[in-house]
Amino acid sequence: MDRSSLSRSRRFAPAVALAAAAALTLAGCSSSSGGKKSEESADGASAGKATTPRMTIALVTHQSPGDTFWDIVRKGAQAAADKDNVKLVYSADPSAASQANLVQNAIDQKVDGIAITLAKPDALKDVVAKAKQAGIPVVGLNSGVSEWQKLGLMEFFGQDETVAGEALGKRLNEEGAKNAVCVIQEQGNIGLTQRCDGVKKTFTGKLQTLNVNGTDMPSVKSTITAKLTQDKSIDYVVALGAPFALTAVQSAADAGSKAKIATFDLNKDLTGAISKGTIQFAVDQQPYLQGYLAIDSLWLYKNNGNYMGGGEQPVLTGPAFVDKSNVEAVAKYAAKGTR
Amino acid sequence: MGMTQHAEPAVTTPPASGPGKVKDGRTAERPLAIRLLARPEVGVFLGAVAVWVFFLIAAPPVREGSSMATILYQSSTIGIMALPVALLMIGGEFDLSAGVAVITSALTASMFAFQLTLNVWAGVFVALLVSLAIGFLNGWLVVKTGLPSFLITLGTFLILQGANLAVTKLVTDNVATDDISNMDGFDQAKKVFASSFEVGGVEIKITIVYWLVFAALATWVLLRTKYGNWIFAVGGNKDSARAVGVPVTFTKISLFMLVGFGAWFVGMHNLFSFNTVQSGEGVGQELIYISAAVIGGCLLTGGAGSAIGPVFGAFMFGMVQQGIVFANWNPDWFKAFLGVMLLGAVLINLWVSRTATRR
Repeated sequence: MDRSSLSRSRRFAPAVALAAAAALTLAGCSSSSGGKKSEESADGASAGKATTPRMTIALVTHQSPGDTFWDIVRKGAQAAADKDNVKLVYSADPSAASQANLVQNAIDQKVDGIAITLAKPDALKDVVAKAKQAGIPVVGLNSGVSEWQKLGLMEFFGQDETVAGEALGKRLNEEGAKNAVCVIQEQGNIGLTQRCDGVKKTFTGKLQTLNVNGTDMPSVKSTITAKLTQDKSIDYVVALGAPFALTAVQSAADAGSKAKIATFDLNKDLTGAISKGTIQFAVDQQPYLQGYLAIDSLWLYKNNGNYMGGGEQPVLTGPAFVDKSNVEAVAKYAAKGTR
Repeated sequence: MGMTQHAEPAVTTPPASGPGKVKDGRTAERPLAIRLLARPEVGVFLGAVAVWVFFLIAAPPVREGSSMATILYQSSTIGIMALPVALLMIGGEFDLSAGVAVITSALTASMFAFQLTLNVWAGVFVALLVSLAIGFLNGWLVVKTGLPSFLITLGTFLILQGANLAVTKLVTDNVATDDISNMDGFDQAKKVFASSFEVGGVEIKITIVYWLVFAALATWVLLRTKYGNWIFAVGGNKDSARAVGVPVTFTKISLFMLVGFGAWFVGMHNLFSFNTVQSGEGVGQELIYISAAVIGGCLLTGGAGSAIGPVFGAFMFGMVQQGIVFANWNPDWFKAFLGVMLLGAVLINLWVSRTATRR
């Protein structure tokens, strides 16, 4: 019996070979537009290299795999590490318990500094205390703007999600929006909820929330379409991430809705959409800056005893608005994946 | 075994059953109604109708044609994958890697075309090879090791999830692919995989057509071809199937490759309708495909099921997911609603098939 199956699997071989040959033939027809060739090979930001002794810094975030936003944070951190003669150890886990373990791991490695995100501050309380006990300076970034001091972190770099939401809400008022919908791509994520809550605080019109399944784009698209069909008076869609904003544009078209789109966070396709006018504006919290400053601050502390924000105030990296008026200045950096 | 269970005469008259309008003279008409009910897809059909009617009443926007098109679109992207997943389950196996495999395919096509600056069709073709190879590998490992497909495909699920991220990062230096919408062949491929057309003022997405065509094709294969018999045979009892000359290895491996084909197809739809792909997507989708197949009457143990059942299973998913939004219910309860509706549908399904087959 096994022999017969073996011969059968051998029968696959010519088919595979044929297919591979066909692929190579196809490879002959190259695209005359777009693609890697047309992509500019712009140089990355570089500012020489520090001569200070090599140090190791751990960056531990609550990133879920494959998220464009966190990739930018990491690039910023890496840029600072390269400049400061720092060895960057990056690790991430969306589960709070696993994130705490990763911080413990960094303590065990006896790193010279730790930068963490405080998406779930309570879970990280103990391990932060341990780091302090071990004499390792800890700074916070991105999330936890209201908790970093309580946990005894040295400095904090990020945006207050509520403040960012409030800023977006005010902007909606200026735009004359009356009925907006806030699209949450990850049900139960505190930061996302805070953004919508912030919008609600300042926005004078009606604000609804809508949960979508962020890991399935067709589902995101049809759910937003359904919402815009259900309530024809919606005139603004507020997305909480660049890929979802781009999908919302298609949804609005599908639903025959006149709703305009605004979003939090950027990526390179989004800057294109802003210059084209299909997306009105984005609130940028400058993730690159968050990663960069977190690492740079630990280097400064170690080598010059500095505290950013004086150790009392958070260093805010957002909210910065990107719209048609300033998108050109940002687009070239977004194209490199650093804005 | 499996397909044509003939039921013993039942005592109760099932409510609102299919086409045969049972009035009086039970003895004459019962056999047809019961025979219908005993088929695995009838329960889910009734469940789907119940959910549909429920939302027609609860959510006024559902009554519009365009809303139905949205619901069907959502159902089709689930349904196209639920079909091969269902066939695989009838064949007694299971694929946990189906969700991320969709994204693997989309990433492959996009990156291959972009990085080498090729016509996007080259990427589409290479992605097909990769998807079929993944299916082949899954099937081959399952057949050769004799390990449960749950374990093997859990392994490939993790490998693909990691590779999707790591390879994308390595190749593009980002975790999402580059926009390929301005490249040669894109518009053409978009027409094939992600276009839409109008029927009576309602925009219909092409995936809906593919979904129904694939379902018809799968039904024909299952019921009318030798290969269809093989699927039931290997899912029912592998050893006796082998003893009567069914090529078990070929059947199982080809079923896994069929899932690979489905993943490729849906992956191409994702790529050409959204231009870029984020490498973290797809996780969790495998459970939705499997749910749609199970709700559609495919047994987790293999050997029974149909291709039309998962069509209604997928429709139920799309209907509930979008219906909740159309009904404007509190979004915090979204997943809970979804779960309750699905459990309800499965229970109706179970109840109908029990009423029909017992006694």
